[in-house]
Amino acid sequence: MVKNIKLISVVFLVILSFFILLKGLNKTNNYSPNLNSSKIDFNFKAKFLYSDEETTLYELINDKDFSIINIWASWCLPCRDEHSFLLNLKSLDKLNIIGINYKDNEINAKKFIKELGNPYSKIVVDPSGVNSIELGAYGVPETILINNNSKTILKKYIGPLDDEKFAELKLIIKNEN
Amino acid sequence: MKIKILIFIIIWLVSFFNFSYADNSEKVDQISKNLRCLICQGQSVYDSQSDFALSMKILIQNKIDEGQNDEQIYDFLKSKYGEWIVYDPEINKNTVLLWVLPLILFVFGSILILRKVSIK
Repeated sequence: MVKNIKLISVVFLVILSFFILLKGLNKTNNYSPNLNSSKIDFNFKAKFLYSDEETTLYELINDKDFSIINIWASWCLPCRDEHSFLLNLKSLDKLNIIGINYKDNEINAKKFIKELGNPYSKIVVDPSGVNSIELGAYGVPETILINNNSKTILKKYIGPLDDEKFAELKLIIKNEN
Repeated sequence: MKIKILIFIIIWLVSFFNFSYADNSEKVDQISKNLRCLICQGQSVYDSQSDFALSMKILIQNKIDEGQNDEQIYDFLKSKYGEWIVYDPEINKNTVLLWVLPLILFVFGSILILRKVSIK
């Protein structure tokens, strides 16, 4: 009887740990910071891609009601995939799309834009990647939606835009006023 | 003989520059060892060669050149990426168990040992 109890409890424990581990498999452990903790420093300085002038983020986002900051690079394949979504978003009046060219070669970056079209109203370069870190970004591609009036981050997407995120972006812009 | 001296001088110069370089970034190494690389989780920023980590090291160097101390740099990064980026967890209501549990186990264990010893 004692032997039986031991056996049953061992089997039970093995099965239990199996299911715990199985559940753990489906859970993504990638951590991403919550929006509240990442404030944007609007004094961040950067150079334009098409001129040598310097600008600040504050100047860049001062145009319309909303801004999208999109971090991209010509060497980044997912950036190619999401480009059509950005071109699509360009048609929204209330929105201003700013590109940050991340750790890229100037010639390749210009070629990329020429080839795929330019969704950005302004493009600044970030050759060392430091500006992107000051924005609290992870890498390319990354898209940040900002409310220009309240200067807050409304949404942040790490990774390329897809149909779902695209629809969500449009919805947020439509509903926020 | 002349060649030997020449080679010696070249090696000496090369190693000299290496040393001066290492000296410069020692502080960066020290700080980046305490930072979690967020896109290659499980590695520190120091260990990683990802774009994110490389940029992070440049940023840390810039901040040091600006005259900021370690504490200010950690605080800056925490404000951008959240507390997760540093390896040293602060005490708050989510991590209190993490900090207190070893203490509880220690006390519990010593009680057990004391009881065993006193029984004998």
